[in-house]
This record gives sequence, C-alpha cells and structure tokens, in this order.
Amino acid sequence: MRSYLVLRVVAKLLMPFILVFALYVQFHGDYGPGGGFQAGVIFASGFILYSLIFGIQAAGAVMSRGILRFATAMGLLLYAGVGFYTMLLGGNYLEYDVIAADPTKGQHIGILVIEAGVGITVASVMIAIFFTFAGRRKADQA
Amino acid sequence: MMAGFYIVIAHDNLIKKIVGLNIFQAAVFVMYISFGKVAGGTAPIIAEGFSAYSNPLPHVLILTAIVVGVATTALGLALVVRINEEYGTIEDDEIQAADDEQPQ
Amino acid sequence: MIAQLPALIVVIPLIGAPLCMLVRYRDWSWTVATLCTWASFVCAWIILQQATSGNTISYQMGGWAPPLGIEYRIDLTNAFVLLVVTGIGSIIMPYARESIRSEFGTRRIYFFYTAYLLCFCGLLGVTITGDAFNLFVFLEINSLATYVLIAMGKNRRALTAAYQYLILGTIGATFIVIGIGLLYAETGTLNMYDLSNRIAEVGASRTIGAAFAFLVVGISLKLALFPLHLWLPNSYTYAPSMISAFLAATATKVAVYVLLRFLFTVFNYELTFDALPLDYILACLALIAMFAASTVAIFQQNLKRMLAYSSIAQIGYIVLGISFASSAGVTAGMVHLFNHAMIKGGMFLALGCIMYRVGTVNINKLDGIGKRMPLTTAALILGGFGLIGVPLTAGFISKWYLVTAALERGWWPLGFLILLSSLLAVIYVWRLVEAAYMKPVPENAKVVEEAPGSLLFPTWFLIGASIYFGIETNLTVGVAMDAAKQLLGGLG
Repeated sequence: MRSYLVLRVVAKLLMPFILVFALYVQFHGDYGPGGGFQAGVIFASGFILYSLIFGIQAAGAVMSRGILRFATAMGLLLYAGVGFYTMLLGGNYLEYDVIAADPTKGQHIGILVIEAGVGITVASVMIAIFFTFAGRRKADQA
Repeated sequence: MMAGFYIVIAHDNLIKKIVGLNIFQAAVFVMYISFGKVAGGTAPIIAEGFSAYSNPLPHVLILTAIVVGVATTALGLALVVRINEEYGTIEDDEIQAADDEQPQ
Repeated sequence: MIAQLPALIVVIPLIGAPLCMLVRYRDWSWTVATLCTWASFVCAWIILQQATSGNTISYQMGGWAPPLGIEYRIDLTNAFVLLVVTGIGSIIMPYARESIRSEFGTRRIYFFYTAYLLCFCGLLGVTITGDAFNLFVFLEINSLATYVLIAMGKNRRALTAAYQYLILGTIGATFIVIGIGLLYAETGTLNMYDLSNRIAEVGASRTIGAAFAFLVVGISLKLALFPLHLWLPNSYTYAPSMISAFLAATATKVAVYVLLRFLFTVFNYELTFDALPLDYILACLALIAMFAASTVAIFQQNLKRMLAYSSIAQIGYIVLGISFASSAGVTAGMVHLFNHAMIKGGMFLALGCIMYRVGTVNINKLDGIGKRMPLTTAALILGGFGLIGVPLTAGFISKWYLVTAALERGWWPLGFLILLSSLLAVIYVWRLVEAAYMKPVPENAKVVEEAPGSLLFPTWFLIGASIYFGIETNLTVGVAMDAAKQLLGGLG
C-alpha cells in the first residue's frame, strides 16, 4: 500500500475526535438527540476509517475477531441483564424505576446502562461486518 | 417505492436486487417520518418557548427498522459473496443454468 | 415470579443466544440452548394453564402502561401457539446434537445454536406481543436468524434458497411495515387492542383498506400461502434436516397466528368479511394451494421437497378453515395447526434420520428402506397416514372438523373437495410405502443400521403424540374451540 502522507496525518488527527464524539453522542442521549445506535455507528466508523487507511491487519491488531465477538455478546447480555435485574428487584422487565430509590434517578441509570449495551453491540457488529467483507476480498485475490 | 420494488423483480443481478430492496425500504422509512412531522413543530425535547413538538414515535420506530434493514442488507450481501464463491457468478439465470446441469 | 413469565419466555432464549456465542465448546452451547428451550417450554405450559382459566394476561414492558408502552398480551390463542412452538423446539433439541454434528462437523457449531435461539426467540416474541410494530421487529429477528440457518445447509443450493427467501421475506416484512404505518397514520396507535377499538370507530376508510391489503399480502408471503409460496420448497429442501423440521412445524404456524390476530382482533369481523370478500378470496387460494401443491408433491423425487410441497397444501387446509370465518372453521384451522406441526415435524425428523444413515433422501435410492431402517420408516409412514387423515391419527381429527365446518357454512362442495384432495395425499404417501416396503433392497446397497436412539426418540415422540392426539382430543380441540370463541366473540 502506498502511503499518502496527508491521509495518514488527517486520519490520525481525526480518530480521537471521532471516538470522543461517539462517546459524547452516547452519553448525551439523555438530554438531546443521540443514543447507543448512533454512537455505536460513529464509533465503528472511526475504526473503519482507520482500517481503510492503515490496512485491515493494523486495525485487526487493535480489535481482534475474538474481542469483537465477545463484545457483541456482552452488549446484548448487558441489555438483557438490566432487564433481568429489574425483574429481580420486583419490577417488570426493563422497569427502571426500581433500580434506585428515586424513580427518576432509576430511569437515568437504567437508560444509561441499556444504551451502553446497545452502543457496544452496534459498534462491534458494524466493525465485524466491515472486517468480514473487506477481509474476504483479500482472501480471493491471494 | 415502486421503483425499488420493480428493481427487485426485474433484475437478474443479485446485488441489484438488494439495492432495489434498499430503495424500497428507504421509501417506507420516509413515509413513516412524514407522519411524524407536525407543522411548526420542533425537536421533541421539552424546552421553554416551544409548544408544538414533532411526534417522536415514528422516528424511534424507523431507527429500529433501519437497523433491521442494515442487518438484512449485510446478510444478503454475505449470501451473495458466498454464492459467488460457489457458483462463480451472481446472475440469477446463470445460477439456474448451473443448477439444472447438475442433478440433485 | 409467575407474573414475570410472559417476559421470561422471550428473554430466556434472548440471553441464551449470546451465551452460546461466549461458551464456544460444542457441547456447552448445546446444553445452553437445550436448557433455554426447555425453560421456555415450562413457561409456556404455565401460561397456558393460566390462560385456560379464562383470564387475559397483560404484561407491561418496562412498566409503561399501554397503549403507549409495549404490552405483552396473552389470551388462549397465543398461549396455544406458544405451547406448540416451545414444545416442538424442546423436543427437537436432543435430536439436534447428533444430527447437527453429522451435518456440520464440529466447527462453528455455536453459531448454529446462537442463530437457532434467536430464531426461537423471534417466533415467541411474534406470538406474545400485543404491539404491532414490536411484532414486526420480532418477525425480522426470526427471519434473519432463519436465513442464516437455511444458508447453513450442506448443498450449495441452500445459499440460493436462503437468498431467495431473504428477498421475498424482506418484501413481505416491508409490506407489513407499510400496513402498520398506514394504520398508525389513521389511528395514531400501535397497540393491537387499542387499534381494534379505533378502527371500529373510524370504519372502513380507504386508508384502512389499503393497510389491510398490505398486511394480508405481507403475512401471506410469510405464511407461504399459494401463490406466494415460492420460497418455501427450496428452503425446506436444502436446510439442515433439523431446521426443516423446526421451520415446517413452527414458522408458518406463527404466521398463521399473525393472520388470525390481524383478521379477527385488529380488524374486526365486519370489516374483514362483510366489507371485503376476503372469505371467498382466501377460500379460493386455499383450495388451489391444496390441489396444486399436492399434485406437485406427487411428482417430486426428493422426499424433503415432497414434504415441503405437502406443507403448502396443509397450509391451504388451515387457511381454508380460517376462511369459513366461523367459530367451527377457526377451531378446525387451529386444531390442524397443532396437528400438522406434530406430523410434519415428526416426518422431517424421520427424513433426517434417513439422511443421517443413508446420506440421501431421494426416493429412487431408498428402495426397501423399510427393511433396512424399520423403526424410522414406520414413523415416516405413520406420519404420512396423518397427512392423509386416516382415522385414529391426528390428521383425521382436523379434517373431520374442517369438513364439519364447511357443511355448517353451507359450502358443501368444499367438503367434497377436501376429501378429494386427501386422495392426492394418498398417492404421494403410497409412493413412499411402495418404495419402502414393496421394492427389494438393491444388492449393492451399503449396510445401514437403524438410526441412533437420540435421533429416533424425538421422532417417535412427535409421531406418537400425533397419534395420541388423534384419539384423545380434549386438549387440542377444547383449547382451540375456546380460543376461536375468544377470537370471534371477544373482539372489541
């Protein structure tokens, strides 16, 4: 791969901002437009940009298949786990009110954890989809 | 909407079918979003000075539907890649021909 | 804890799916999947007990009150279908272990169980939910998992079959979304019970009509109602045997449930059958399905394919029952739904046994199979008798109710036609008997043993159940009758 200096520098500059912006969207979801889905996609797009410019091997070193698979499952488990937890506390499935003494606070904590789960899953699935397709083409040419 | 639907039916190329499917779905999404628009409404976050808000529900529904659409597309493309590996083509009629040559 | 059951039944497989992916050892993921399906089955059983006492169970997701929040609402109809789905799912799990190992090898087997649990979860979710959009989401969870499962078949044609199903299934799902969207635009609600009340107020406007048309076509695609059945034969033929059994026994049944729910609960009776001639349309399509599919089935060489076409015909019977739009008709449809799930599930499992030992299900290569694998073949043939509707099998009961319902409605030629189409079933089952018992074993045939017990037991369990319910009909017919009354009478 030829190295385009401009691309590399710009990508390196942009990466932290993309990731931080993803986190911002993730945690600002309580107060404004945002949330786990969008944040996950933005987070993943950061990684996809990285792998487009530095190659899939380099990106794969940061996020291996195993980690991705693990993260996908964990995100889903986190989501379902919160629902289970509220059931154990005596509420209905995903009834956040019971998490904390104060219902409003309970809602806050509940939706934050849920969105974190969604974010993790979406991000890892998106990266996994990209890796799968991009990696396959390489296998064909070889 | 009909354009997308037409592509799905009329084209033999498997990738083009998926593109058509996406257009078809996107049209439906736009239809939903249009329900949510309230004249003069603003983003549905309670704030001072606004009384009319857009209906947020269609947006939430469509967010879900988009995710489903992405998953479908990804799976469809993955299948096309595998079909291409097995048959060496992504044209519907050529696949048919390959299947007919080889008995079950 | 009892109050939480409606959520648990869906959540257990949903949690099981990622767990399967985490525990990557083969037998562990199988254990997780089995425990999850059995736990769901226990939940479904308790729910049915509650529902038979006449209460409608309502469960509010996240504690949000309906119609704003998502509500899980269970009456007898769902409880019945839930039982069918979880029952079949649980019975075939012991079968899965050996069968899947032989068809996949041992690599990546946890993916299979993950997809299987997601599929299972989707089916349960569709059945249990009382929210129209939620139904779509679960439907897609189920469909996506199904595409993956079908694509896992050994033959390369499994891929094209899965692709075909993906395209058609997505079109169907999108049609359903359009329908739901139009309903939402007209009434402003997504809760099914709220919808039915508001539709009754609005009456038959053009928007409602359009929504109705989109929904019926979309659901019929999922249901594989003739002429929208094109995806079904290939999918069933090339999917792994256990998945064919699972899909044939549950997926289309759940689609039937969705059709019932929309026809009778969401759109009220007058709108469905008085304002529109839907009963005639459905009856015609069902009849064509019965005859056309049975005729095609007669000419199939591949037994799995034959059963797939026969499934289309059987779906025709179920829909015919619904199209009578009477309590007796719906009862017949639901009884047949239950019986057909058992019969077809059992038959596909028996074919799986043959596939496991012989490696083919082509009828030309199975001469004298009855002497080589007597138990398996006997199960297959008994299932075939069920399809024909021989007395003392479950198939007889459902056909009996179907014919009674036809006579009650005054469509007596239909009763005759039902019997005639059963004759077609006789022909294709007879071909099976002939190949299995009449023809000598070819001399160069390799020696095959009887299928192992872990495969044979679930097969016989399902076939045995289909005979048991042919004699003892209290559970099926009783529940189906009450459910039909609830559907027709209790609508808002």
